[in-house]
Amino acid sequence: MLTLEHYLVLGAILFAISVFGIFMNRKNLIVLLMAIELMLLAVNINFIAFSQYLGDASGQIFVFFILTVAAAESAIGLAILVALFRSLRSINVEDLDHLKG
Amino acid sequence: MTELVIFYSFALILVFAAFRVITAKNPVHAALYLVLSFFTGAVLWMLTKAEFLAVSLIVIYVGAVMVLFLFVVMMLDINFEELRKGFWRYLPVAGTVAVLMAYEMVMVLTHPSAQLRGAAVAEPAAGYNNAKVLGQLIYTQYFLPFQLAAVLLLVGMVAAIALTLRKRKNTKYINPADQIKVKRDERLTIVSVNAEARAVIEPPKPADGEQQA
Repeated sequence: MLTLEHYLVLGAILFAISVFGIFMNRKNLIVLLMAIELMLLAVNINFIAFSQYLGDASGQIFVFFILTVAAAESAIGLAILVALFRSLRSINVEDLDHLKG
Repeated sequence: MTELVIFYSFALILVFAAFRVITAKNPVHAALYLVLSFFTGAVLWMLTKAEFLAVSLIVIYVGAVMVLFLFVVMMLDINFEELRKGFWRYLPVAGTVAVLMAYEMVMVLTHPSAQLRGAAVAEPAAGYNNAKVLGQLIYTQYFLPFQLAAVLLLVGMVAAIALTLRKRKNTKYINPADQIKVKRDERLTIVSVNAEARAVIEPPKPADGEQQA
């Protein structure tokens, strides 16, 4: 029998993998964006599991909105990446030190 | 029982694909593994009878977002070897943090006091229509957020275009508005020139040497 636990544990593991990915690929902006997409997928799995468990479709509406926001976010993120590559000829995060932080 | 088999096999594929996304050497492979993980994620959503979102996950992510990713990865001439340097340097810290996080979350979720054990994902009643239920909610209770989401997508599109738009310097183009607006005075100047008497052209005098000869 498929239980809520299955989905929540899967979401937790997926989230931990994406955190791991953000640590490891700290130079590559593209893979960082991909890891963020994976995190959103993990969160969405939790939302859907809870929504079906409670029999309340509002959780799925939230997943719908998260999908919208994620699409807009990745579009703008990639646009920034392209603009960045045009001016710096690099997408290395370590090169982005113009603010001298 | 069949559900469990499907769940575990697809969960394994999902975890493997997610792991390959973050460790792949070539970002094109990472993007393709991300497509695989979204696909398996959609199957897992389908297993809970959330068909509408499963289909929209494939349509939105695999169809639009991942194609965008692949475009950008292939369009830019990036030296990925350079970005790969020192990849394993933070492995101990990253591994510890990730394993601890996963361990903690799993412990919390599976602990008996969380009261999640045996909480079956509810089997929907007969005649349950996921798309219909979502549609009714979106167009009644969540109508304003729905429209705001549409505005958000529009703003995102405008921002993406504005960020990447650039004026090309080497194209020669004309502006019709400027052409129409031009006045006669800007193109034509009238200069007053004094009238002069017609010049008389005298025949050349023969040279001295020629006369004697």
